[in-house]
Amino acid sequence: MKKIVEKLVNIVGAEFVSDQPEERYIYSMDPGTMPPREPDFVVMPGNCEEVRQILIVANRDEIPVVPLGAGLVLSGLTRALKGGIILDMKRMNRILEVNETSRYAVVEAGTSQGMLQAYLKKHHPNLKHSAPDAPPVATIAGNVSIHGSGHLSHAAGFHSDMLNGLEVVLPTGEVARIGSCATSSYWFSRAPLPDLAGLFLGWAGTTGVITKLAIKLYPSYKYNDVGIFVTEEAQLIPDILHRMTGTQVAEDMTTWMAPKPDWAKGFLHCDINFGANTKDELIWKRNLIRASVQEYIDQKVAGFMPLPPAMKQPFLEVPARTLSRFADVRRGGGFEYVGAIMPVDLFPEAYKVGLEIADRLNVNYSLGSRIIGVNHCMMFFYAYAFNRADPADVERAQKALEETNRIVVDMGGIPWKAEAPAQKEIIRKMDPNMFDLMNRIRAVLDPKGIMNPGNWEED
Amino acid sequence: MQYEEILHRCFRCGYCKLPGNYIDFNCPAYLAFCFETYSPGGRMWLLRAWLDKKIETTDRFQEILFSCVNCGNCVEQCTFPKFKDQLLLAFMAGKEELVNAGKVPPAVRDCLTNYQNHGNPYGFARKKRHGWAEDLEVDRFSEHEYLFFPGDVGSYDSRGQEICRSVARLLKANGISFGIFGADEVSDGNEVNAMGETELFKYLAEENIKTFNASQVKKIITLSPHAYNAIKNDYPRFGGQYQVFHYAQILAPIIKQQTYKSDAPPMRVTYHDSCYLGRHNGEYWSARTLLSSLPGIQLVEMDRNMQNALCCGGGGGNIFTDILGSGANNPTRTRVREAAETAAEVLAVACPLCAVMFEDAVKVERLDGRIEVKEISEIAAEIIDKAS
Repeated sequence: MKKIVEKLVNIVGAEFVSDQPEERYIYSMDPGTMPPREPDFVVMPGNCEEVRQILIVANRDEIPVVPLGAGLVLSGLTRALKGGIILDMKRMNRILEVNETSRYAVVEAGTSQGMLQAYLKKHHPNLKHSAPDAPPVATIAGNVSIHGSGHLSHAAGFHSDMLNGLEVVLPTGEVARIGSCATSSYWFSRAPLPDLAGLFLGWAGTTGVITKLAIKLYPSYKYNDVGIFVTEEAQLIPDILHRMTGTQVAEDMTTWMAPKPDWAKGFLHCDINFGANTKDELIWKRNLIRASVQEYIDQKVAGFMPLPPAMKQPFLEVPARTLSRFADVRRGGGFEYVGAIMPVDLFPEAYKVGLEIADRLNVNYSLGSRIIGVNHCMMFFYAYAFNRADPADVERAQKALEETNRIVVDMGGIPWKAEAPAQKEIIRKMDPNMFDLMNRIRAVLDPKGIMNPGNWEED
Repeated sequence: MQYEEILHRCFRCGYCKLPGNYIDFNCPAYLAFCFETYSPGGRMWLLRAWLDKKIETTDRFQEILFSCVNCGNCVEQCTFPKFKDQLLLAFMAGKEELVNAGKVPPAVRDCLTNYQNHGNPYGFARKKRHGWAEDLEVDRFSEHEYLFFPGDVGSYDSRGQEICRSVARLLKANGISFGIFGADEVSDGNEVNAMGETELFKYLAEENIKTFNASQVKKIITLSPHAYNAIKNDYPRFGGQYQVFHYAQILAPIIKQQTYKSDAPPMRVTYHDSCYLGRHNGEYWSARTLLSSLPGIQLVEMDRNMQNALCCGGGGGNIFTDILGSGANNPTRTRVREAAETAAEVLAVACPLCAVMFEDAVKVERLDGRIEVKEISEIAAEIIDKAS
């Protein structure tokens, strides 16, 4: 162990390596329910070359490596299931390029959502990126690599769809560029080359370490608005979303259902966020959205909630700061959610299941969804709060999550950024040839199996 | 441990690491060390683990706790109402536990010993406390309207003394009736309290209160925002009830009322908010009012200003203990780089601790010649002297 520390210190410097109990403890878990797994070392590289050298050492000595963004995945994907190195990427947080005309940004993998958001506001106020509702310390690379979604996902899909290119360090130490940046100094797209980005998206860090990436940027509108469409009938939601997304004027559409505050209980709320360059354009968009669901308004089975300007503000905030407060519902600092990627058709069933599980297991819940693309699919979330000081309460939330994961898979959905046990549920349903292909690819990329072992594995 | 019931309630969402505009990390210790353990959330969870005996009282654990400089950014940015108000109190309670167990970093131990033995963090003789005023005609407090309280840095540090003299001169020039106690006062104790030595803080506070009350002090002007904080917010619970002002609050309305004419070239200035004026006491405008009342001052803001200001790194006793070290990411160096990015020629401060911290950092960052650290009364005196 001492020799390994020496090697790591030689690469990144003593102040950025720790094998101390304090770091091993804090880096053994995330804020979710998954049990702790201690790393042997925490290392913070400062550039791609340092990552490369660390992976060469790890590969030679067969030391597991777990890349870490902000550690906010909640499903325990960045725990060192088999010990080894946690590679904390936060020092690599430089914003390398913003191409205003071609609307993309090139950033290092430790760049946070908040840092890019602030940088664009200051230097490129006409541009924005799609930020998730995760806290602003969440990294762009982390969110892209797990197929995250965010405030422009109705307009532009998963965050991985907004990826233009990658620089990755392979487990064997080679540095590869993927996308247009492989052949050009511009990071404008992944097409028309063979799209190898998929080798690093959705793999839970088991195929390599992303060190740089380019993401698409979008117009930042001067005028922004939100409407909240409300109904009590879950079976209407797929068609409501189909109609509203068909107008293609919104940037983001989310639904939410929660027992608190009291006025919200029993209602299904659909938030529609849209922006425009002029007031006239904003009104025109608002009218288009309204017209798309006028039939339901006329039938008096749904309608827009009256929202004074002051009430709109929290719904326009990106990211929504208040979302984290769900962790304090049980005055216990914890929540975790199953984010199920599924077709919008399944909304009524998904909703019913969520209510049933929360009621049966007596857990505090919040349910909702984010539309991905033009109603192409949704991320339906089942969030359960827990008190981390009460092991029985943590266990209850764990049980709710496990059960939800299982039901989601059986329903035809796929848990997003799934916990290691949920990954096994997915593998259970997966075409065996796909899983075999995954293993063959991994064997080529990572012959010694050092990258985040314990993930995407069968029992 | 006090506040131990809140430790597990931190979700570690990380808003506390950032300023409100998210532009960069804004927790001084986290900025300096980068490990999650040094973030407010990491510290909360470590304290819980320590109380549960999952973590020993190691040197590193001590360093992690004492790396908190009490800047209050975490309190400002935390998204959990009410809970947030107890964050710093929990960290101070954790330090208090270590102090009571006699397990603190050596630099903290030495610093606290100096406070204990000499009534100041430097270990200098108490009788030299009024050395700053020797070449000034400053009265001993008797029936003056105000007591002027210079604090430790203003009393003993050579740069602090310069600032103290400058403020005293400006107060005198504007007809403010004030006196001092010199060797009869001791440290305000703000940093002692921040370091968790609550009994020593109580002793220091009571010593000062005894002196103040014996002379029927009613109003106090402090040089240091740190003293302002302690005397205003903590002394009342020990029986010290005074009207407390930071000198900027006294000088700003006076200077604003006056008209100066000056042909001097314009001076581009960026103002750094001291944590104990700003976040801890909500005082953001007096220094800005003072500066913008002066002819030729062009005030520009840094990206992180007012409640989002990055701490100079000197609070929590760190100016004396240097737990945060001198690395490139330490908050002091980061802040002077940020100030220089505004193209300001002057980094203005209203706190002697900030001045001392930044002047060193300007040299380390080789920004001499590009930006100069000046205290606001010095800027005022310089401009007023040249003005008609």
